[in-house]
Amino acid sequence: MTVPVFDTASGDRRPADRLAAAGAAGASLRRRRLTDRMTWAAGAVCLALVVVPVVSILVGVVGRAASGWHWNVLTTDTVGNGGGLLNAIEGTLVIMVGVALVAGAVGVAGGIYLAEYLPADRGQIVRGASEVLAGVPSIVLGYVGYVILVVQLHWGESLAAGLIVLSILVVPYVTKSTEVAIRGVPTAYREGAEALGMRSGYALRKLVMKPALPGIATGLIVALAIAVGETAPLLFTVLFSNKAPTGQLTHSPIGYLTYLVYAFFNLPESSGRALAADAAVVLLVLVLLLIVIARVLVSVTQRYSPDRRQRMGRAPT
Amino acid sequence: MTDADGPVLVAEPPASEVIPGPPGSSGVSGEGPGPPAAPGGSGPGGGPPAPPPGSAWWRAERLMPKALGTVACLPLVALVLILVALVWKAMPAIRYNGFGFFTRSTWDLGNLYDPIVTTGGIRHPPGATYGAWPLIVGTLQSSFIAVLLAVPIGVGTALVVVEKLPARLSSAAGFCLEVLAGIPSVVYGLWAALTFGPFLAHDIAQHVANVMPNVPVLDFFRGEGPHNTAGNGDGLLTSGVVLAIMILPIIAATTRDLLRQVPRATVEGAVALGMTDTEAARAVTIPWVRAGVIGASVLGLGRALGETIAVAMVSGVILGATTTSLYGAMTTIAATIVTQLDSAFNDVSGLAVSTMAELGLVLLVITLLANVGARFLVRRVSTTALPVGRGV
Repeated sequence: MTVPVFDTASGDRRPADRLAAAGAAGASLRRRRLTDRMTWAAGAVCLALVVVPVVSILVGVVGRAASGWHWNVLTTDTVGNGGGLLNAIEGTLVIMVGVALVAGAVGVAGGIYLAEYLPADRGQIVRGASEVLAGVPSIVLGYVGYVILVVQLHWGESLAAGLIVLSILVVPYVTKSTEVAIRGVPTAYREGAEALGMRSGYALRKLVMKPALPGIATGLIVALAIAVGETAPLLFTVLFSNKAPTGQLTHSPIGYLTYLVYAFFNLPESSGRALAADAAVVLLVLVLLLIVIARVLVSVTQRYSPDRRQRMGRAPT
Repeated sequence: MTDADGPVLVAEPPASEVIPGPPGSSGVSGEGPGPPAAPGGSGPGGGPPAPPPGSAWWRAERLMPKALGTVACLPLVALVLILVALVWKAMPAIRYNGFGFFTRSTWDLGNLYDPIVTTGGIRHPPGATYGAWPLIVGTLQSSFIAVLLAVPIGVGTALVVVEKLPARLSSAAGFCLEVLAGIPSVVYGLWAALTFGPFLAHDIAQHVANVMPNVPVLDFFRGEGPHNTAGNGDGLLTSGVVLAIMILPIIAATTRDLLRQVPRATVEGAVALGMTDTEAARAVTIPWVRAGVIGASVLGLGRALGETIAVAMVSGVILGATTTSLYGAMTTIAATIVTQLDSAFNDVSGLAVSTMAELGLVLLVITLLANVGARFLVRRVSTTALPVGRGV
């Protein structure tokens, strides 16, 4: 006896008589089918409304920069309302590295603790604080950073103030993804390690952390993408500088790309507006790079997850 | 279709040999092991034999849980510090502005060239009056438009991606969502101010503005002034639409992930009973994910409320009045802080800067209410490996 299989993924292809036999009247069936088609057509319109802005933004921003693009914007510093992006690119990279170090260390350590040492039903305050922190508007963080770090601690507009504010902004994401990644490692690994008499710290480093690495790295990349794209928290904590980063942590503002877009996009001088467009393109390239890296990492995670290997019926390689 | 949960593969190879994977990822994942290895520092590389008791490595390993626990508390410490700093800075403004802060529309720094006067113990320039009513209204209006647009579009997209698209295309759609989530808000602002805003104002909104009758409610959609203009692209509608695009990925990606968790057999059962796909979605799929979608929507609302830069670039920043038309210039709390903080420093009494802190506090409370509500609703749902960006 064959059981009819309905392919839900490819639409309603059931013969009408079967449904009619099941009690549906013909006219009502036509109406229901029409409703079905219209619903999915509306869904397709929704999908288009997601895709069109992506294309429009990429084309619009790149097109704006392409008309007056000179490669030397990548190799010269900003001068007045024109010049190049070198100082801003360097500054953005410095900020990325700093956020990766500060937020990476704090976030990964916190995530390990939440996943390995704190039972899921305990530590509600710490977990809750992390979640609340993720929802604090970035401009509020920027204001507090300015008032406390720049003014109260007399750091001046500086890399250190910006790094701390940005790190506070992204640490919840790193913590969360680290915790999720480590919790995703099968308990059998830990039990096996314990059965073999491994010390827990050693097992954590050698057995638990490694399968979790792609997930942790993905969280870090999301953090970097946020750090690259932020403007509001940096405007008052880092300010801006036309010169290359000095390497000083305090009393030394540095340049970054988002400032140029925000401050120059409606200047009367065309050189400034062109620079803003160029900076936006470099930002897009950076973010797209990060997204592609993250996708590769996620596909690596999935390829090696025991779950998938089992589903595919493939022997472990 | 349903994967039978067979026994978990026991003979897993040590994952350490598998994971290093493609060369491309090695540079990135290299950042990962840094922190966890840090406690040892100069350790001998571990190894099954335990280090001698009392050695530096031994002590480091014993202290590690405590050290990690301390670090895990840092977000809590940061949050408390932020709240304390904000309340401390806002105190003079709270006392000076009083409750009228929430109902007034005037925004006046006072006469900055006259000597500072003192009222009720608060030093301020003569004539300083602050009212946040237009800012609060603007924040809620633009976020409302954003959620109104983004929720149906996001849910519709997720339904199509999960139910109808083949795997390859749904992966492409996922890429689009990630790009939307990753685009910096300044770039959204640039695009909205120079490309999208003018297009919306001239080619769409103007036609709507011209045909709308002058009756209550609908006159909000009419243009401004005698010529019924729909503005130059800076204003409430553009801000709302840009915010909608910015929160779309949060709603769509969360809904998509939730839809993928709906048990296939239940949906197939509904179809087997004779339902069309739409009816099955209505009767089975959507009720299944409803709480999560509401949670994601409120999370998106929180993002929209707190978004700063893009709104500052397209709202037309006008203080002191609410807009009477959908296309009028307005501002939000966040955009006001970022655009007015510079001029606030001109007030040597510090009241203007303090008022910014009060604004920040109001924004924080509104946003946290939204976020706490959302987290409460989606607590059971864990997000994917790629959390969509904050879009703030």
